[in-house]
Amino acid sequence: MSASYAVELKELRKSFGKTEIIRGADLAVAPGERVAIIGPNGAGKSTLFNLISGRFAPTSGQILLNGERVDGMLPYEINRRGLSRSFQITNIFGRLSVFENLRCGLLWSMGYRYAFWKFLASLTDANERAEQLMRMIRLERKRDTLAMNLTYAEQRALEIGITIAGGANVILLDEPTAGMSKTETARFIELIRDVTAGKTLLTVEHDMGVVFGLADKIAVLVYGEVIAFDSPDAVRANARVQEAYLGSVLADAQVAEGTRVHAAHPGHPGH
Amino acid sequence: MDLATPAAAPRSVSHPPARGRLLVWGGYALLLLVAPLVLPSNLERSVLTQIGIGIVACLSYNMLLGQGGMLSFGHAVYTGLGTFVAVHAMLGIADGSFPIPMSLVPLIGGIAGIFFAALFGYVTTKKAGTPFAMITLGIGELVAPMVLIIPEFFGGEGGISVNRTAGPSFLGLTYGPQIQVYYLIALYTFACTVAMFAFTRTPLGRMLNAVRDNPERVEFVGYSTQRVRYLSFIIAGFFAGISGGMYVVHFEIATPDVVGAARSGVYLLFTFLGGATFFFGPIIGAVLMVVGFALFSEVTKAWLLYLGLIFMLMVMYAPGGIASLIMMNARVAAHRKLHRLWGWYALLAATVIVMLAGLAAVIEMVYARQYGAVGETKARYLGMTLETTDVAPWAIAIVVALVGFALFELVRRRFATEWGRIQTEIEATMTSKEPS
Repeated sequence: MSASYAVELKELRKSFGKTEIIRGADLAVAPGERVAIIGPNGAGKSTLFNLISGRFAPTSGQILLNGERVDGMLPYEINRRGLSRSFQITNIFGRLSVFENLRCGLLWSMGYRYAFWKFLASLTDANERAEQLMRMIRLERKRDTLAMNLTYAEQRALEIGITIAGGANVILLDEPTAGMSKTETARFIELIRDVTAGKTLLTVEHDMGVVFGLADKIAVLVYGEVIAFDSPDAVRANARVQEAYLGSVLADAQVAEGTRVHAAHPGHPGH
Repeated sequence: MDLATPAAAPRSVSHPPARGRLLVWGGYALLLLVAPLVLPSNLERSVLTQIGIGIVACLSYNMLLGQGGMLSFGHAVYTGLGTFVAVHAMLGIADGSFPIPMSLVPLIGGIAGIFFAALFGYVTTKKAGTPFAMITLGIGELVAPMVLIIPEFFGGEGGISVNRTAGPSFLGLTYGPQIQVYYLIALYTFACTVAMFAFTRTPLGRMLNAVRDNPERVEFVGYSTQRVRYLSFIIAGFFAGISGGMYVVHFEIATPDVVGAARSGVYLLFTFLGGATFFFGPIIGAVLMVVGFALFSEVTKAWLLYLGLIFMLMVMYAPGGIASLIMMNARVAAHRKLHRLWGWYALLAATVIVMLAGLAAVIEMVYARQYGAVGETKARYLGMTLETTDVAPWAIAIVVALVGFALFELVRRRFATEWGRIQTEIEATMTSKEPS
C-alpha cells in the first residue's frame, strides 16, 4: 500500500478483443498534482480515463486511488471513494435545469443517498452548495434553464460543475475545452483552475496551450504506455518523447508557446 | 408550484408560492368531495369510484414511465396481485380470522404490491430500456397463467367473490351504501396522489429523473442506476397494490383478467394519452379510461377501434398527451396569444368531425354486418338507418371521410405554421427578458 499517491497505475493493461490498447501503463500521481496526459490519436488516453473511472474493467494490472485498489470496481463505487470525471462528449441531464443538474451531482456525497422521506427543498446544505457551485461555474443566471437549452460553452461549464459537485479530491477531465473557441478556451482554463484548486487533477488535452496553462506535470502516452512523466520542460527535452512524437504535438506546443515556428508538420509518429 | 409542474422539467423551489399550491390541492380535494353529490345515481357513483382506483393505478404507472423512463408492459401484475391478496384479507375479515377494519384492505393490497414488486422488480430493474420492457412483458405472461394453475389461491376461471359488508362495522362504516365506498376510495386517492407528488420532490424522486435522462452519468455521481430503478419500482408497486386493493373493495370480486396483459396495456395506453411528461397527466388518462370503458362501450361496440385511432393520432401529433396539449396552450394563453388560435381550433374541430363522421359510418356498417344479428343488414347510425347492402351509403361515407381528411390536412398545415410563428414570438420575448 502506498497511500502517498492519489492515483497510481501499475502494469495496467486493457485489450478489446485481440487488440491491446493499454500495454502496461505505469503512473503515480501525488496528491494535489495537476497532470496533463498527452499523446497522439489512438494512444489510449480516453481508454485510460475509462479504466481509472471504472467505465471499463482492466484486463490486468492495478489501479490505486488514495492507496486503495479500485480496479474492477463499478463507476459509482469509485466515485464514492473520491474520484470524479467529466466527459469529452457532453454528458449532462438534458431535461433537468442547471440547478437540478448540479444538485444531482452532489446528493450522494452529502449523504442523502436514496432518501424518499426527505424533501429536496428542505435540504438547506445541498441547496446552498448547488447555488455556490452555480456561481463558481458562472451559470447563476441560467439557474432554471433546462440543460439541453444551454449554449455549447455553458454545457461544457455545467459538465465541469457536475464533476466537481460531489467534492471529489481526484478530478479527471476528458478534453474539457474540446470544441471551444480560443477566447472561450482561455476563460475556461481559468475557470477549471479556480474550481479544482487544491485537488488532484488529471486532464486529457490536445490543445497544448491548455496543457501548459494547467499542468504541473505531463504524462506522455504512446501506444498504451506512459513513455514519459515529468515537468513540461523535462518532457520537451526528453529524447524518447521527441523520437516518438516529434512533429505534430510538440510542434503545436511550440507554436502555442510562440517560441519557435515550425512550418512543416511531419505528421503523426508510429503506425 | 402546483400539480402542473412538469415531471420532465421540475423546477426547484426556494420560496414556493404556497397559496397557489394550496389552491390546486384544495380544488382537487373539493372535486373529490362534491363529485358524488353532483352525480348521485348509482352508476355515476360507481364510475367515480372507479376513476379514483384508476387515478392511483395510472399515477403509479407513470412513476415508471414518465419519471423513470421505464416502459413497463406488466403493471397489472402489481395492481392485480394486490387485488388477489386483498380479496383474501377480505375473506379473513368475513370469517373473523383476520380481524382488521375493512377500511385498511387497500393497504393490504399495497403491502402485497411492495412484496411482489420487490420480488419481480429485482429481476426487471437489472436492465433499462428495451430489455426492461421485454422482461416486464415476460413476467406478465408468467403471472397470468399462474392464476389458472393455482386455483386454490386465485379461484380459477371464476375468480373469488367476497362481500365487503360481511365484516363487523367499524366507526359506523358498513360499506353497504356505494357512497361510503366512494368516500373511502376518494380518501385513498387523495392521500396517494399527495404521496406520489411528494415523491417527485425527494432525492430518490429526482435521481429517478436523472436516471431517465442520462443513466450513464448517474453512475459517475455516486448512484447505482439499478438501485434507483429498483427502489422506485417497489414504491410504484406499493401504490399499484393499493389501487388493486381499492378495486376489490369496490367490485367485491377478483378475476383472472385483473393481472392480464390487456389491463397492463390499458394502463400504458391511458397514461400516455393523459400525458406522461406531467405529473397530472395520468389523472386525465384515468378519467378517460374509466369513462371510456363504462360509457363509450355502451355507445358503440367498436369503441376500442376508435380508441386505437385516437391513440395513434396522439402518438403521431401530440406525443406529450393531453396534459402537454393543455400546458402548451396555457403557455400561449399566458402570453396573450391564444385568441389567434381559436379560429384554427374551430376549423380543426369541424374538419375532424366531418372526417370522423364518414369514417365512423364505415366502421359502424362493418360492425353491423359482422357482429349484428343474422340476416341484419341495416346499421343504425346518428339516428339514420343505413342499408349496408346498398352501394350508396358506403360510397357517401367514404367520400365524406376523404373530404374531411383532405380538409383536415389543409387546415392542419396552415395551423402548424401559425403555431410555429407564435412559439417563435414567445421564445423571442422570453430571451429578451432573460438577463444575460
